[in-house]
Amino acid sequence: MSVSVEDVRHVADLANLELTAEELPRMAKDLNAVLGYIAQLNELDTSAVEPMAQVGAVLGVKPVQDGETLRRDVLKESIEREAVMAEAPESDGRFFKVPRVIER
Amino acid sequence: MAGGKKMSLQSLTLTEARSAVVEGRVSAAALAEQHFERIAEVDGEIHSFLTLTRERALAQAERVDAAARAGEALGPLAGVPVGIKDVLTTRGVETTAGSRILSGYHPPYDATTVARLEAAGAVVLGKLNCDEFAMGSSNENSAYGPVKNPRAMDRVPGGSSGGSAAAVAAGLCVASLGTDTGGSIRQPAAFCGVVGVLPTYGRVSRYGLIAFASSLDRVGPFARSVEDAATVLEVMAGPDELDATASSHPVANYVAETRKGVEGLRIGVPEEYFGEGLHGEIREAIERVLDGLKGAGCSLHKVSLPHTRYAVPTYYVLATAEASSNLSRYDGVRYGLRSKDAATLAAMFRNTRDEGFGAEVKRRILLGTYVLSAGYYDAYYKKAQQVRSLLARDFVRAFAGVDAIVAPVTPTPAFKLGEKTSDPLQMYLEDIYTVSASLAGICGLSVPCGETSDGLPIGVQVLGKYFDEETMLRVGAGVERNQEG
Repeated sequence: MSVSVEDVRHVADLANLELTAEELPRMAKDLNAVLGYIAQLNELDTSAVEPMAQVGAVLGVKPVQDGETLRRDVLKESIEREAVMAEAPESDGRFFKVPRVIER
Repeated sequence: MAGGKKMSLQSLTLTEARSAVVEGRVSAAALAEQHFERIAEVDGEIHSFLTLTRERALAQAERVDAAARAGEALGPLAGVPVGIKDVLTTRGVETTAGSRILSGYHPPYDATTVARLEAAGAVVLGKLNCDEFAMGSSNENSAYGPVKNPRAMDRVPGGSSGGSAAAVAAGLCVASLGTDTGGSIRQPAAFCGVVGVLPTYGRVSRYGLIAFASSLDRVGPFARSVEDAATVLEVMAGPDELDATASSHPVANYVAETRKGVEGLRIGVPEEYFGEGLHGEIREAIERVLDGLKGAGCSLHKVSLPHTRYAVPTYYVLATAEASSNLSRYDGVRYGLRSKDAATLAAMFRNTRDEGFGAEVKRRILLGTYVLSAGYYDAYYKKAQQVRSLLARDFVRAFAGVDAIVAPVTPTPAFKLGEKTSDPLQMYLEDIYTVSASLAGICGLSVPCGETSDGLPIGVQVLGKYFDEETMLRVGAGVERNQEG
């Protein structure tokens, strides 16, 4: 199976990426090369193998280790809102401002 | 107190630096100043630092010096100048992850690892260059320009923690923090001739680490000796209520472990790591390491990690899939770059990401989005997760018979700047000996073991069992002792 320029355009759309006319064929070529290499995974029969999503699966660690890696659920101070909002490209101090979403 | 006599910064160990400060032979402030001077002298060309934190460093040094004068007990990193990879957040200090999309971002919080280093007395000199979002094996993907290898200025320092390795190698800081997702600590350590440690997944908190691939990302130290790296690891390791993936597994006295000697340890040698493509001089250097360990009382055992050749393809499915999800947060709304003059919200998102991300990051987001997209999930993502199980089982089986595994870190010594940038797949193959341990979650380190006839550093990799940093560090220190002898 090979990736066409149209496929790249579709995936770029899904990922909210804007690609230029020059980037599209280059990315299609690179993706085909890497996916071709990845295809060797099909040499392995994994029908009876559990997927490993986390390292804990190998260690036999339960997702929540009886709560021991979770902090206690108590109120604590968190980062000040002003410090967070100060980093926003555009803000009124309380909310993030973005271009108009709904046309009237 | 005056500055005291100038030390040779390139060979200064953490232990020496700390005792000089503790015993009043040099002030922490003077030691920091000496490093800033050296940075001003040589880093223009190396380009390992992106941001210097002079005020913060000198304020911290003053605190350490005041505590020393008052005769207070000083932390294990008292006065030690360190650098921090720019993927770890530093409160009020620009943190870019090597990306344009985060230019101008001043996080309102410190990463736990940074906070723990400072609590132990470390003096943070600045933020270190890296591949954009830690994606790369040569540091050439930084939006702020590449880092040069201080050992050979026409060569790459490795990546993605290239700045962290280069700064330690060049005497610009005594130790540094890097991160490793597929080899990003061990490979640059090998290329620059310093020690780099990849702790077990869960050993060190990742709070404040800008995420690339969350099931793989880890934070670890660079230093000039195994003992120094162990000192930094010991300070950082352990649970963190701000990171539920940080394990409560007990933290050993890692420094003491490095002094224990290696007699009686069973060392595994994986045949799959010594096949075609391994540089002849690296092979010889690793063989000398194995002879040395044997001479020090270790027994050598052949082990097999049969799925090794599938590790790179597995990694590039899983890491890119996770990255495509993690990097969806960069949309120009809350921090960093926002593209100007977009008429709609959708155009603002897309233009921001187009202007903010470099080619390799876009490539990986596309690949990750592709393997997760409808119709391909089972064929790629689930398949790779299944192979990841096989890779992890390989290690569990091998470690049933040995205490540690010794292998090369890289197939070749540091390559030339620009040599591999046109072919992403060639660049990915750089990770061939490092990604398996990343996928399995075990610990590993890279320690220098000689150089090529061209004078390029060679590193050897020591892999340890889950949460058995103790044995890994013992073997690493054993390798180091043999280099001296």
